[in-house]
Amino acid sequence: MSSIVSYGSYVPRYRIRAEEIARVWGEDPENIKGGLMIYSKSVPGPDEDVLTISAEAGKNAIKRTDVSKKTIGAIFVGSESHPYAVKPTASILVEALGLPNDIHSADYEFACKAGTAAIQNVMGLVDSGMIENGMAIGADTSQGAPGDALEYSASAGGTAFIIGKKGIAEINKTYSFTTDTPDFWRREGEKYPSHGGRFTGEPAYFKHVLTGAKRMMEMQGTKPEDYDYAVFHQPNGKFPTRAAKMLGFKDEQVKDGLLTPYIGNTYSSSMIIGLSAILDKAEPGDRILAVAFGSGAGSDAFDITVNDSIKSYKRDRAPGVMEQINRPIWIDYANYVKYRGKIIMRGE
Amino acid sequence: MSEVPRFWRESKHRYRLVGTRCENCGNLYFPPRDICPTCRRESINKMKEEELSGEGEVYSYTVVHDGLEQFKMQVPYIIAIIKTKEGPLITGQIVDCNPDDVKIGSQVKSTLRKVRTEGKSGIIQYGYKFILK
Amino acid sequence: MRDVYIIGVGSTKYGELWDMSLRELASEAGLKALMDAGIKAEEIDALYGANTSAGQFIDQEHIAALISDYSGISELGIPAVRIEAGAASGGAALNQAYLAVKSGQYDTVVVGGVEKMTDVPSEVANEIIGGSLDAEWETFFGVTEASVAAMIAKRHEYDERVKREHYAVFPVISHKHASMNPSSHFKNVIKLEDVINASPVAEPLTVYDTAPLSDGASAIVITADKKKIKESENPIRIKASTMANDFLSLHDRKKIDSFKAVNKSVKEALKQSGLNLGNIDGYEIHDSYSIGSLIQMEEIFGKEAIKMVENNEYYFNSSHPLNVSGGLKAHGNPLGAVGLYQAIEATIQLRGKAGERQIKGSKNMLIHNMGGLGTTSVTTILGVE
Repeated sequence: MSSIVSYGSYVPRYRIRAEEIARVWGEDPENIKGGLMIYSKSVPGPDEDVLTISAEAGKNAIKRTDVSKKTIGAIFVGSESHPYAVKPTASILVEALGLPNDIHSADYEFACKAGTAAIQNVMGLVDSGMIENGMAIGADTSQGAPGDALEYSASAGGTAFIIGKKGIAEINKTYSFTTDTPDFWRREGEKYPSHGGRFTGEPAYFKHVLTGAKRMMEMQGTKPEDYDYAVFHQPNGKFPTRAAKMLGFKDEQVKDGLLTPYIGNTYSSSMIIGLSAILDKAEPGDRILAVAFGSGAGSDAFDITVNDSIKSYKRDRAPGVMEQINRPIWIDYANYVKYRGKIIMRGE
Repeated sequence: MSEVPRFWRESKHRYRLVGTRCENCGNLYFPPRDICPTCRRESINKMKEEELSGEGEVYSYTVVHDGLEQFKMQVPYIIAIIKTKEGPLITGQIVDCNPDDVKIGSQVKSTLRKVRTEGKSGIIQYGYKFILK
Repeated sequence: MRDVYIIGVGSTKYGELWDMSLRELASEAGLKALMDAGIKAEEIDALYGANTSAGQFIDQEHIAALISDYSGISELGIPAVRIEAGAASGGAALNQAYLAVKSGQYDTVVVGGVEKMTDVPSEVANEIIGGSLDAEWETFFGVTEASVAAMIAKRHEYDERVKREHYAVFPVISHKHASMNPSSHFKNVIKLEDVINASPVAEPLTVYDTAPLSDGASAIVITADKKKIKESENPIRIKASTMANDFLSLHDRKKIDSFKAVNKSVKEALKQSGLNLGNIDGYEIHDSYSIGSLIQMEEIFGKEAIKMVENNEYYFNSSHPLNVSGGLKAHGNPLGAVGLYQAIEATIQLRGKAGERQIKGSKNMLIHNMGGLGTTSVTTILGVE
C-alpha cells in the first residue's frame, strides 16, 4: 500500500469567538461552547479562498520533503467551496506550486470528505504504478447562513498530502461507506447550505463514522487500544468526542486531533487537519485511526502506521498546525461579515 | 471588458515570483525583463527564468487610506517595497497584520492571495502578497 | 540656431468646472493664447496638444484633432498631434514644439494642454492617475500614485533623517501663493499643522500633501518668426528645454528617494541656457506631492534645499521663490495642462504682470514638470533678454 510522503496544513489567521457571534444573534454563548464545544473559528481573510489556502498547504507539504516536485504525477483537490463553479482549482495549483504539466488533475466534491476522496484516488494511482507520487488536498472556506447554528462552526483551512510509495507513514488500509442520506446540502447557485437539523446526527454523522471505524477495525483485526491516536470528522467538538466514546477510545487518543473547538469545522480539511496535527508530534510506530465523514453521506476510514522515516523528515521546514492555531488575529462580527462578503455592495 | 490573456500571461511570475537572470552580468530581475538594463544587447537570449524565494525585508512601506476600488474591503491596506533575499526590490501588499507591526527592516515572506477579480462573473486574478515572518 | 519665444499665453480657471467640457476648456485656453499673441489661426503652423488620460477620464482619444476641430480651425488643415508623458505631458509637448520650431520646420506653433478630471468619481480618478505607474507590477497590486510618494517619504525620513516638517511645508507655501492668484483652484491659506493633521491618504501623507483633481486647460504660442517677435509687446525667450527619464517604477531604481532624471534634465538645461542657479529668480516645480517637491529641490540644490526650507526661502518675496503660481497643489492639477501653466506663470512673472505675487526684478525662471515620481523630467528655462 502507499504511504504519506509529506503533509502540510494552512489555517487563516483571522478568528472570531463564539461569544461574538452569539452576541449578535441574541443567543447564549454557553450553549455553543458547552453544547457544541466550539469556542472560536477561523475566518479567511478578504483575499483568501480555497485556491490560496490549498497553495499554502501544498507549499508546506513540498517544503518538508526532499522528494522532487517533478515526481508528482497527480493533484486532486477536494472542496465544497472551490472558487469557480467551472474552472478547476487543481489546474491553478499546478502553476502556483510549480508542478509538472504532465499531471493527472481534478477537483472533487463530497461535502466534508472530498479531501479524503482525493487521498484515496491518489493512492489508487500510486498503487497501480501509474504515478510515483501524487498530491491530495482538502480545503474549504465554508459559509454558514447568518444566524444559523452552522455560523459558529463553518470555517476555513486546508491540508495537503503527498502520497507515494516510500514515505513517513504507511496507509495500511482504507475503507469507504456510502449511503443516500440528505443530511446537509447546497443547491447550485445557493450561497448558504441547508441541513436537516437533528437529522444530521444519528442517521448521518454517527451511522457513517461508526460504521467506517468499526468495519476498519474488523478488517484489520484491531481494537481501539491498538491505536495511539484516533481522529474523526469534527463538525463541532461534541460529535467526534461522543463518537470516540461510543467506539471505546479514550480522551488521550483523540485530544491531539480535535481542533474544531478552536478553529471550527474546516470541512474538507476537518479530519485531515486533525491528522496533520497528530503527524506533527507522531513518533515511529504510532498507529492512527482516521475517519472522515461527508454529508450526503459517506465515510472514508484510514488505518495508518508511522514509520522510522519520520525521524529524518523535516517537519520544522513549515509551520505545524498548533503553531498556526496559536497565532490568531481576533475580529468582530462586523469585520467578519465584511471579510466573508455578506455585505451587499453597490452593483451587486 | 475581460483582461484574461493579459492576466494569464503573467500568472507564472505572479504566482511563484519567477524573475529573470541575465547570464551575461549575473544580475537578477523581478519583474522579469527580456533585456538587461545593464548589458542591453549583450543580454539578448541570455535572460533565463529564475524563481525567487519570496523572503526579504521591508525596504519602505505605507498604509493606504485612499485606496483603489478593488481593494475597498481591505482599506486601510499596506503597500510596501520588499528587498528580497536575492536582491531585487518588489512592490506588493503586506497582509494579515496590524499596520503598527510593520517597520522598515521587518522580515517578510511571500504568500499567494487573490489580488483582483473581474466583477462577480469574471476571472479571479491571483498573485503574491507578503506576510510578516 | 534661431531663438524661440513665447508670444502668447492663455488659460482657463483651474478647479471643479462642472459646466465645462474638455473641448470647451481647450478651445477657451487656445483662443486666449492666440488673442494674447495678437495672431490669427492662419498664422499657426501646427498644434501640439498635451493630455494625460482623456481616454479614461472621458472615453476620448484623438484629442488634438478634437481640440483643433472645436477651436474652429479644421478648415485650415493645420497638423495637430497629442503628446503624452504622464503628468509631464504639458512639458513634453512644449519640448517637442520647441524642437520643431527651433529646427526651422515650423515658425509658429500653439501648444495646449488640457485635462477634464471631475467627470468621474474620485476613486476612479485615483485608478486613472495610477495609470502613469506600472499597470502590471504596481497598480495591479493596489499601488496608488500617492502610495508611491509615501514610500519615498518613509524611506527618505529613514535614510536622510529628514523630518515630516521639511516636506509638509511645501503645500503651505503653494497655498499662500495661490491665495494671490485669481485663477487658482484653492485660495485658502493653510498652516503646517493643517497638513500634518489632515486625513491620511497614504501614511505619512495626508490630503494636504497631495494635489487636487482639477479641470483646466492652458495654452501658449511659440514662434521664431522675427516679425512676430518684434511685434510682440513682451516676448519671453525659451532659453533651454530638456528632458530626461528614469525607470518607470521605484522598485527598479538603485535609490528610491532620489530623482536622477531631474538632476540630469536640470543640469542640461542650465548648460543649454548658459546660466547657473544664481541667475534663476524663481522656480515652478511639480508639487503633486509634498515629498516630491523636496526631492526635486534636493536634486537642484543638494543638501541646501532643506536649509532653504528651514530659512523660509521659498516664499515669493524671499531668495528662492517657489511655485509662486500656487503650484499644482493649490493652483490646480489638471494633469496634461500643468506643464503649460507653469510656463504661463513664468511668462507672467517675466513680463512683470503677476500683481501682488510678482517676483521683483525677475529675469529668468526655471520650470520643472514631472511624469510619475521622477520618471519623466522636463526642464524649461524662460527668460527676458
